[in-house]
Amino acid sequence: MPVTTSAIGKSYPPTTYAVGREKIKEYASAVGETNPVYLDPAAAKAAGYADVVAPPMFAVVYKSPAVIPGLFDPEVGINFAMMVHGGQEFVWSAPVVAGDEISTTTTVKDISERGGMGFYVFETTSTNQRGETVCVGEWTNIVRGV
Amino acid sequence: MAEFTEGQELPELRVTPDRFLTVRYAGASGDFNPIHIDQDFATSVGLPGKILHGLYTMAQVARAQTDAGGGPESLKRLKVQFRGMGLPEQEIVVTSKVTAVADGIATVETAAEQNGSQIVRNAEAEIAIS
Repeated sequence: MPVTTSAIGKSYPPTTYAVGREKIKEYASAVGETNPVYLDPAAAKAAGYADVVAPPMFAVVYKSPAVIPGLFDPEVGINFAMMVHGGQEFVWSAPVVAGDEISTTTTVKDISERGGMGFYVFETTSTNQRGETVCVGEWTNIVRGV
Repeated sequence: MAEFTEGQELPELRVTPDRFLTVRYAGASGDFNPIHIDQDFATSVGLPGKILHGLYTMAQVARAQTDAGGGPESLKRLKVQFRGMGLPEQEIVVTSKVTAVADGIATVETAAEQNGSQIVRNAEAEIAIS
């Protein structure tokens, strides 16, 4: 069954994620971060931030709720049993700190087929409550046996 | 202030995730796919056991860059490919080498290896030179 490409360009309603101090600490601890700007509000303030800073890869936490509708969209047509996460890119700009509200919009950037595998590429753009872009992500999911 | 020169190798990052790491990372990230947290389910679908989240391994690659760059804002871009699978209780080694320095940005070629195979490969990072 070939991939269907009609969903290319489709966007999903934005999600909003409220960034919390304890969630940043939980994430930072899970990935082994020890820099006090992630963990200690006083250290973060001394470094010039309003509150603790999110490690760059915390983007996963605030972006994931925005990606899920695309993964499950029948028009995209991903076969989950055969899906692997093939690649990931993030481009970061403004820092994210506890107290921020991050809105993320997801677009189907590309759907293609090579060598019997389907490539599903989603782009996510995240902005903070001041409208500043904080991170753009590109998720590439590969589905075998399309 | 971090200084970078072409050809420079950044400090290696070595980490051995413990057997419960995938559960903590699932909670922290929100990804509760049972292949990461349920040994019986993972083996029933042909995996050797619970496997690491790819984005956890990517976070180790990111950490090597921010450690070298001097903090969270030093990392401007990171692009990776995932291959194979990472396992708990086995050491991950992240290696990074500067391939170019221009316009205030160090471009770094980086990879994560476990048991001699690359689980993150063809990865490229951009670190701002503060």
